[in-house]
Amino acid sequence: MADSTEVPIRESETPTISITVDFYGGLDTLFGKGQHKLAIPAADKSGSPSTIGFLVTHLCETKMNDPRTDLFVLDGHIRPGILVLINEADWELEGEEAYEIQSGDNVVFVSTLHGG
Amino acid sequence: MAPALCAICKTGRALIKRPKNHTKLCKSCFINIFEDEVHHTITSSQLFYPGEKVAIGASGGKDSTVLASVLKTLNERHGYGLELVLLSIDEGIKGYRDDSLETVKKNAVEYDMPLLVVGYDELYGWTMDQVVETIGKKGNCTYCGVFRRQALDRGAKMLGIRHVVTGHNADDVAETVLMNLLRGDLSRLSRSTSIVTGDNKSEVKRSKPLKYSYEKEIVLYAHHKKLEYFSTECIYSPEAFRGSARTLIKQLERVRPSAILDIVRSGEDMARLVPGESASSCGGCKSKTETPVAAPEDDAGGCGSSNGRNPGGEMAAMDKQLRENEEAEGLEVDITKLVLESKNRQKEKQRDSATKNGGGNPKPTTRQVLGKCQRCGYMSSQDTCQACTLLEGLNKNRPQIQI
Repeated sequence: MADSTEVPIRESETPTISITVDFYGGLDTLFGKGQHKLAIPAADKSGSPSTIGFLVTHLCETKMNDPRTDLFVLDGHIRPGILVLINEADWELEGEEAYEIQSGDNVVFVSTLHGG
Repeated sequence: MAPALCAICKTGRALIKRPKNHTKLCKSCFINIFEDEVHHTITSSQLFYPGEKVAIGASGGKDSTVLASVLKTLNERHGYGLELVLLSIDEGIKGYRDDSLETVKKNAVEYDMPLLVVGYDELYGWTMDQVVETIGKKGNCTYCGVFRRQALDRGAKMLGIRHVVTGHNADDVAETVLMNLLRGDLSRLSRSTSIVTGDNKSEVKRSKPLKYSYEKEIVLYAHHKKLEYFSTECIYSPEAFRGSARTLIKQLERVRPSAILDIVRSGEDMARLVPGESASSCGGCKSKTETPVAAPEDDAGGCGSSNGRNPGGEMAAMDKQLRENEEAEGLEVDITKLVLESKNRQKEKQRDSATKNGGGNPKPTTRQVLGKCQRCGYMSSQDTCQACTLLEGLNKNRPQIQI
């Protein structure tokens, strides 16, 4: 896979997968609304299947409309204290950032960081 | 990858990985065990008596919403005979509290509980918006915290209730333990780890039934039970120190999830070493020792540290495993361990005799004596309570600001 980095993929030809992403616990305000129906690229720039790690970066680049990105991502990873559910299951059971996203997946981000 | 199955029912798809012991559970087994563990905390600490009127400090946030839901469930399931009331404090912060109070009102209807809202304006003549207008954002959390603590007491008194439960969770307690440790404030550390503060002699006692519940599990419980809660950070800047402690705790949890309950337990163990604090509800209970429990305050059911490891025996099993691992290590370790153990035994003896002597403890200096504020008449350990002291400063400033 690594040697395919040199091959540019044209945007128009990039296949996409449809997923829904939900934000709760205050994260909804960072992304404008709670639920997003998205068509994300099926593969990242290097041609590897899109993972949760890729999705997180993708969300920051395309959907975040708040300058406080550190409330969602710290040092390139999901901020500790934000729960990630993949089809309702804790992402720790699904391989975390390495999980390869499937068409129709539901990914939920819930912040536990907000007070009452 | 094939979906993992629930460790308890062996049939449901595992959706939750428990932070305290990595057990994988399905939704319904998770909800059951979460409720069972809170029930265990309540019964082993004898938090309530039948027929007791209890006010739930309700903010509309995740913790108090889950607390209200779980208490209602357990009260019905186990016949606690509690009369539950929601008590909310309106700090007077537009765009923050007024929205979350709407959530509390919905909860009151859904859980069929009476609701009392008491406002800072009626109690103190100041809303937090006005306080911040006067003193600025810096340090406003101090005012809000001091006012809220007393407002809960006053609200409870208005309701004729002597017991307020709050939604403080294991992460909150761990955070407070760390903060007090970093401040060098051992006596406050001791009080902050107690599951109950105040006793039958004080006008209003406080307890934290979710003290051993992970914040992560509270949020998952709310999510899987589809409980409606409100989550917006206070619009005024949070305490920087608490924020740093919080970030640290969350980062530790990521690397070692058991760290949170371990910090809580360390806090309890340290609390036992604070002179004069042994009379607090958590003070004398044995968490790590294997000696039979005989301290007088254990007829209160013991407190938390034993609860922390009892549910399902998982924590006890883990302790045992850790001990066995240690024993399996080399001889050098054994020698140091023997020395340590004999030292520990000596300490244990001293502690036991100190506990038995009870009131004869010669060092009561760090124990706060509860009296009454000479101005407002509410519980205070000083002549003038913190709320009155802060109000005095505010009231002095008001005319200057207005002119």
